[in-house]
Amino acid sequence: MNEHITEIVIFTALFLLVSGMGFVAARWRRADNLASLNEWGLGGRNFGSWITWFLVGGDLYTAYTFVAVPALLFGAGATGFFAVPYTVITYPLVMLVLIRLWSVSHVHGLVTPADFVRVRFGSPTLALLVAITGIVATMPYIALQLIGIEAVLKTMGVTGDLPLIIAFAILAAYTYQSGLRAPALIAFVKDILIYVVILVAVIYIPARLGGFGSIFDAADAKFAKTPAPGDGTLLNANNQLQYVTLALGSAMALFLYPHSVTGVLASRSRDVIKRNMSALPAYSLLLGLIALLGYMAIAAGVTPIGTDVNTVVPQLFDQMFPDWFTGVAFAAIGIGALVPAAIMSIAAANLFTRNIYKEYLRRDATDAQEARVSKLTSLVVKVGAVLCILLIDPQFSIDLQLIGGVIILQTLPSVALGLYTRWFHRVGLIAGWTAGMTAGMVLLYNIANPANNHAHFGGSAFPLSKLGFDTPMTVYAGFLALIVNLAVAALATVAARRLGSAEGVDATRPRDYTADAGDPEVKDDLEPAGST
Amino acid sequence: MTDPRSPRSDRSRWNWVLLPAIVIPLVPALFNHEEPRLFGVPLFYWLQLAFLVISVSATLIVYRVTRR
Repeated sequence: MNEHITEIVIFTALFLLVSGMGFVAARWRRADNLASLNEWGLGGRNFGSWITWFLVGGDLYTAYTFVAVPALLFGAGATGFFAVPYTVITYPLVMLVLIRLWSVSHVHGLVTPADFVRVRFGSPTLALLVAITGIVATMPYIALQLIGIEAVLKTMGVTGDLPLIIAFAILAAYTYQSGLRAPALIAFVKDILIYVVILVAVIYIPARLGGFGSIFDAADAKFAKTPAPGDGTLLNANNQLQYVTLALGSAMALFLYPHSVTGVLASRSRDVIKRNMSALPAYSLLLGLIALLGYMAIAAGVTPIGTDVNTVVPQLFDQMFPDWFTGVAFAAIGIGALVPAAIMSIAAANLFTRNIYKEYLRRDATDAQEARVSKLTSLVVKVGAVLCILLIDPQFSIDLQLIGGVIILQTLPSVALGLYTRWFHRVGLIAGWTAGMTAGMVLLYNIANPANNHAHFGGSAFPLSKLGFDTPMTVYAGFLALIVNLAVAALATVAARRLGSAEGVDATRPRDYTADAGDPEVKDDLEPAGST
Repeated sequence: MTDPRSPRSDRSRWNWVLLPAIVIPLVPALFNHEEPRLFGVPLFYWLQLAFLVISVSATLIVYRVTRR
């Protein structure tokens, strides 16, 4: 019999518990009728501060993050810690932007970032590009959530594809039925489990390993022995620029992802968003502590299963904790994959429905038809993600997710800058997007990674020497691509105006960007506000 | 409630407190050092986590000042 039986029983029990919650969620907060995107896709647009905190936190800090970030520190050291500055600066960076997006979206009944681009620039083409970018960037992200579950299953000795398929089938079923309410409700359990597990881990494990001093000494010793020049527990002169541009680029990209926007738009008022900008960093603290698990794994002498470095955290838990608590920890990671996977598939489905189906296939679609198409699309998206992992090398999803961060950044001029200025011409934005995407692909294609034998798409650190600079420094490829994007967008805007190219119609008014709950323009739910 | 017809504005001098919260964590010279350690943790790790305090304070101030 399997030596991991206790872990498997606890994992399965907790997994089934939250699955039950997912189905019950349809009745949570009295939705009379789920047949509209406002209800199915945005949970009634009425979430208060607490629900938003759990929902967005559960959405942004995914299971994959929790296994991949420590794996980065385990493998390369300090450079992997970029996730901390990234998630520290993102909230002050986006705070004022998000409340404008909330306002204009509530006045005009917008559901996706591409919806905004549509009404702001009057360009279905630009909206289509933004929608496709969002879908392409999100798909591999969903697939990566499966890698989180897979890492846990592997450690428990559970092999074969069937458990993974069952887990995703259950997820697909309750997302279909309950919409955004399902991940919102499950997020409570997921986040509480994660907080408990991590707090225990960062106190208990260092105590067993002789304190943080010896953990860092072990990490130093490991990196001193490797031939790679870029690793170590501190940054060196060559990777500092990469560290900073990657943190900044990722921070700018985070709330351009459609699933982040979904979480923000589901909140009840601007104040809920502002308050969450101060509360969400609690997860960043957690992430910083989780990152250090990578060094703890080094000190504990953990070796990954095969070449799958994502198994180091599950392996560490398995080695350190009593069986029952390992089961709880694994459930936290497994459930941690369900919340973001559900929200991401809802966000991708909404993009398809609003910006492709309704725009190009069926202009007169009713609310109920929109909801039905979104529900079906969410199933298709999940099947696609499962197939991605089962049929194609998982490394492909990791590469795609890397590309995803670079390409979603190319929607910044249209979405984020568009919230502030109408100066860019729609033709200019389309040209900038095209140039930025091309530049991003070319840059990523030319990044090799000798560590895993990748000649192309080997990471996001682009060596400046390839641009002719005489330096070993590297920079985040997405950052360079964004600069190209902005430059081309500006030049093409000037050119389009000179040539007298028609401006699209801007359907928004300045006061739409500051509207708040309670204003007559803001389409409020008729339901009572509920708890905060 | 304010009159919805009169344009509300998000402009405030207080918004500038967000700027240091974004810039400071992006200066490696501040944190890329081993010493001093805190409970055995090198400066690089604990200081970057401590920057959370700046981030939280800045967003909290802006929220408080601009709250309706």
